Amino acid sequence: MMYKLVIATLVVLLSAFSAYGADTYVFKDEVTEKRYQALVKELRCPKCQNQNLADSNSPIAKDLRHEVYQLLEQGKADKEIVDFMVARYGEFVLYRPKVSNLTYVLWFGPALLLLIGAFVVVFILRRNRLPQAKSLSEEQQEKLKKLLKDK
Amino acid sequence: MGKIIRFIPLILFIAIGIVFYRGLSLNPQELPSALIGKPMPAFQLTQLLDENKQLTAADLKGDIVLLNVWGTWCVYCKYEHPYLVDIAKNKQVTLYGLNYKDIRQDAKQWLKDYEDPYQFSIFDPLGKLGIELGVTAAPETFVIDKTGIIRMKHVGPIDAKVWQEKFAPMIALLEQEYQAES
Repeated sequence: MMYKLVIATLVVLLSAFSAYGADTYVFKDEVTEKRYQALVKELRCPKCQNQNLADSNSPIAKDLRHEVYQLLEQGKADKEIVDFMVARYGEFVLYRPKVSNLTYVLWFGPALLLLIGAFVVVFILRRNRLPQAKSLSEEQQEKLKKLLKDK
Repeated sequence: MGKIIRFIPLILFIAIGIVFYRGLSLNPQELPSALIGKPMPAFQLTQLLDENKQLTAADLKGDIVLLNVWGTWCVYCKYEHPYLVDIAKNKQVTLYGLNYKDIRQDAKQWLKDYEDPYQFSIFDPLGKLGIELGVTAAPETFVIDKTGIIRMKHVGPIDAKVWQEKFAPMIALLEQEYQAES
C-alpha cells in the first residue's frame, strides 16, 4: 500500500515537472532566444489574469508561446509580435500598457497621489507651525527654578 | 475651510468604498474583445463532419450569425448545449460551431450522442482560428452581422439569463439596423 502511494506521489510530481518543461523550442540563435524570453515575460496570459505567458501553464498560454515562437521564426520584429497579440486579445495582454486615455489613471495616478500626499503634508506642517512660544515671565522663571531644584 | 478639511477623510473613505464595492460585482475574466467592430478574420479550415470540405469566412452566411466555440473537453459546453439547441430551433439567428482544439472523431461522436445544433462546425484542432479570434477558452460565442462584422462576444456558457440580458438586446439592435437600411 505504502509502496503504491509513493509511486503515485512520484508520478504526480514528475508530471508536474514535465508540464513546465514542455516547451523545448530550438532557436536559430541566442538573440532570438533572448527576444523570445523577453516577449513571453512582457505578454500577459489572457485567461489567467495575473501571470505572464512564461509563467502560465494554461493551454492558451502554451498556444500563445508557440505563436510567439513561430512569429519569431518568421522573422517578425518584436513590435509586430506585440501588435499581433494586441489586435487579437486587446491591450490587456500588455503588462506595460500603452499610454492612452484609458490608461492615464494607471500611468499617472501614482504620481498624482504622491503629489496630493506631499501637498497635504506641507499644508499640515504649515498650519501646525505655532506662533513663537512666549518667553516665561519672571515669576514663572522663579517657579521653574524652584521646581527643578526640588528634584 | 477648516471644517471642509475635517471631512476630507470621510469623503475619501466613501469614494474609495464606492470604487471597491463596484469592484466586487465586476468580473475580471470579462475582457472587452479587441475584435468588436472588426470583420471576421480570414481562415481556411475543414468542416468537422466532412474533412474534404474546405471552409472560409465567406461560408458563414446569415443575417445574424452566432459562432459558438466549443469542444468535447469543455464542461460548460455541455451545460449550454440544450440552450443552443433551442436557439437553433428558434431560427432567429444562424448558428455555426467552431470546434476548438478537439479530436475529430470525439467531436463527431459528441454531436451524434447529443444533438447537433449547428449548421456546420469549423474544425480547428490547433486553435489557429481561435487565436485569430482572441479566444481564450471555450465556450465563447460571437455575434456577427450580415456584413461579416463581429458585433459582440460572450465568454462563458449561454443560458436563459445570458440570452435575455446580452443576446436579445444585441439581436434587437441588429434587426433595427437592418430595418432602417431597407
